[in-house]
Amino acid sequence: MPADYTEIPEAAFENIEQQRDASKLGMWVFLCTEVMFFGGLFLAYCEYRHLHPDSFAAASSHLSWMLGSVNTVVLLASSLTVALAVRAASLRSAGTVNLFLVATVLLGIAFLSIKGFEYYTDYREGLIPGSSFTYSSSQPGVQAREVEMFFMLYFIMTGVHAFHMIIGITAFIVLIAMSRQRALSLQTIENAGLYWHFVDVIWIFLFPLLYLVGHH
Amino acid sequence: MSHAIVSLRSYLLVFAGLLVLLGATVGASFLELGIWALPAAMAIACAKALLVAAFFMHLHQENSLVRLVACAGLFWLGIMVMLAMSDVLTRL
Amino acid sequence: MNASTQTLPVAVVFQRASPSYLNDGYSVRSWLLTRDHKRIAILYMISITLFFFIGGAAAVLFRVHLLTPSGALFQPETYNKLFTIHGVVMVFFFLIPSIPAVMGNFLVPLMIGAKDLAFPRLNLASWYVLMAGGAFTVYAAIAGGIDTGWTFYTPYSTMFSNTNVIAAAAGVFITGFSSILTGLNFIVTIHRMRAPGLTWFRLPLFIWAMYATSVIMVLGTPVLAMTLSLVGIERIFRVGIFDPALGGDPLLFQHLFWFYSHPAVYIMILPSMGVVSEIIPCFARKRPFGYKFIAMASVAIAMLGFLVWGHHMFVSGQSMYGGIVFSFLSFFVAIPSAVKVFNWTATLHKGSISLQTPMLYALGFIGLFTFGGLTGLFLACLGVNIHVTGTYFIVAHFHYIMVGGAVMGYLGAIHFWWPKMTGRTYSEFWGRISAAIIFIGFNLTFFPQFILGYLGMPRRYYAYPAEFQVLNVMSTAGASILGIGFVLPLIYFLWSLKYGKRAGPNYWNATGLEWTTASPPETENFDVTPEVVTEPYAYELKEAIDAGGLH
Repeated sequence: MPADYTEIPEAAFENIEQQRDASKLGMWVFLCTEVMFFGGLFLAYCEYRHLHPDSFAAASSHLSWMLGSVNTVVLLASSLTVALAVRAASLRSAGTVNLFLVATVLLGIAFLSIKGFEYYTDYREGLIPGSSFTYSSSQPGVQAREVEMFFMLYFIMTGVHAFHMIIGITAFIVLIAMSRQRALSLQTIENAGLYWHFVDVIWIFLFPLLYLVGHH
Repeated sequence: MSHAIVSLRSYLLVFAGLLVLLGATVGASFLELGIWALPAAMAIACAKALLVAAFFMHLHQENSLVRLVACAGLFWLGIMVMLAMSDVLTRL
Repeated sequence: MNASTQTLPVAVVFQRASPSYLNDGYSVRSWLLTRDHKRIAILYMISITLFFFIGGAAAVLFRVHLLTPSGALFQPETYNKLFTIHGVVMVFFFLIPSIPAVMGNFLVPLMIGAKDLAFPRLNLASWYVLMAGGAFTVYAAIAGGIDTGWTFYTPYSTMFSNTNVIAAAAGVFITGFSSILTGLNFIVTIHRMRAPGLTWFRLPLFIWAMYATSVIMVLGTPVLAMTLSLVGIERIFRVGIFDPALGGDPLLFQHLFWFYSHPAVYIMILPSMGVVSEIIPCFARKRPFGYKFIAMASVAIAMLGFLVWGHHMFVSGQSMYGGIVFSFLSFFVAIPSAVKVFNWTATLHKGSISLQTPMLYALGFIGLFTFGGLTGLFLACLGVNIHVTGTYFIVAHFHYIMVGGAVMGYLGAIHFWWPKMTGRTYSEFWGRISAAIIFIGFNLTFFPQFILGYLGMPRRYYAYPAEFQVLNVMSTAGASILGIGFVLPLIYFLWSLKYGKRAGPNYWNATGLEWTTASPPETENFDVTPEVVTEPYAYELKEAIDAGGLH
């Protein structure tokens, strides 16, 4: 088994293995907190979709499932690249690590760009909740105010998700910059990867819940 | 503890599986599933999440404590959603 | 012997290999940039003492206001702001951090034989986060206050209140991360950094309590963070998730809020229970009765505590069937607490009891917590709850638990581990006097409130019918006595830092790894990682050895 980059454990730890284990466990505990953080939004969504199913379906049809699908592919690919970056780190090929980290960053930026474009189109269609919200429908069971609630949830959920992505992208950029100075620890890259995969998993659930509500 | 390194092929297979499931969930949205639409979409999403967690996040190689922690978050989320929805669903 | 050599002072019994953590650097920078868990614990102790007196000052003000039925002292709006800031500061900036951030930070590594927590820099960050959150909240208080109650209920907080809701919510949001980081640190530390031989069932019960508390902190607090974010979003953008006009549900706020805030009360009580579990065996010179049950009860409370939040919402419009389920589960969650009380009592039975100050607080805890907990069962009962909800009965109930329980546990902990933390002893005379004053003052303050609530006096009201005045005056009188009781320890502890007799490593002759280190401990805690071979709480063994004159 390839050895880790040569590392000296911090003072509190007996050896580097213990530190790595602790670091990894700490990351997973943190991801638990993130699950609960997003969880409140999923509960809100659950309740309101149950109460206003038709409005939600109508609202969802205004989102582009094609753009959402493309974004899902982009994000899944970025998970692949970061997994490959971690793999390269285990194989101690620093150059490949950087290559995959850069790829991940680029894919992340691509995702956010597409998202930004979607937000822009929503703005043009008057779907931003608030005073500029314009929507009318003659379908039974569809209320404009409930559609506005859907978009409220949509913007908050994807917004918080995008915020987490920005943090992740920034972290990767910092790691890439740091890797010029000194060898990155395997655990650091792995932890960053875990965070990124988590953000991907959130999107895996957001996509069908937001984009695929009604039947096309 | 260093893990055995996963092969490139395995990762690419997982990725392919994720794309297939994405296709499935989009495809399912074109079908008239009625009340089964949401459970189907959620089942597919769970499968995708499981692939990411097990293989990209290495849970299939981790010790039981890490797996327990990974499940704990989901379990607690489940408690919150189920108990709160039990109120919403049973209001008169 | 050479006549020119200096004779050593007779009192030197413990040769230090390195300076104590208090002497390891005196600069402000060495404190503000420390990674030492013990110094961080002291930083927390100073901060939360400050917050305690801020919250206490608010209480003094509105208790004085309540001396007269017509409430002549403050305007209604000001009164609302006073009880709100009292609640916000006491809950989020005193009770939630108290024992975990002070005693937990200090003791967890020592008790498990580690040199520090798993993530020391994260630990320091958690203190700064608390202070940042405190800054926002204090700003909110000074710049006009908030009047929503500490519970921030919608739609008042989101749509109608004209006060600094966003600043206060931001303050609490930020501080929540302090809690999360502390909990995360403890969980990883306890799992991964125990000394060799320290299996789970050899851990001190305080560690079990810290572990259970950390699980709650980590899983519950993020939900509060999201809830407050949504309140902020609704206020800023004037469009909301909880707004019925959009098909939203105000009860969703309550579900999200109480999903955290009920387990939060277990964050406040579990550490105190852990402290009591340490003090009682030491001052009864007996191992705890049913150690495993006490340990598992802590975990059970942490888990079951997440299933009962709806008991805060019985009259909110929640489903009646939901109410029945939450009521049943609320009765259930009392069981592990009761197990602990029985086990502590059984530990006392045939023990060799001495009534020093920590023991007085521990015994006071058992009595007052039981009382408060029993009234909680009354409240879990749907019928009774409808009658007394929103009244002073509730106020009395939670103060019995939070002050009679949690605060007494905190004070007991400070007294018990003061010799370890500072290397000094406090005046036992003043310690006992203060404990007695606190006990009397506390009961005089809050027992009348049970009666007031039962008779129908609503909470959060700035004025009340004249027939309730006598009980209110009693309560305020009690509060002034309680206030004196809280100020006295501040004085004698500070005095002891300079003039107190120096303490040896094991002032109370207690068991536990922390008592094997110097008082105060060196920065690295242990020169050599200890190896644990005995069961915890070997008090009977200690007594046998001491009686036989062997060491």
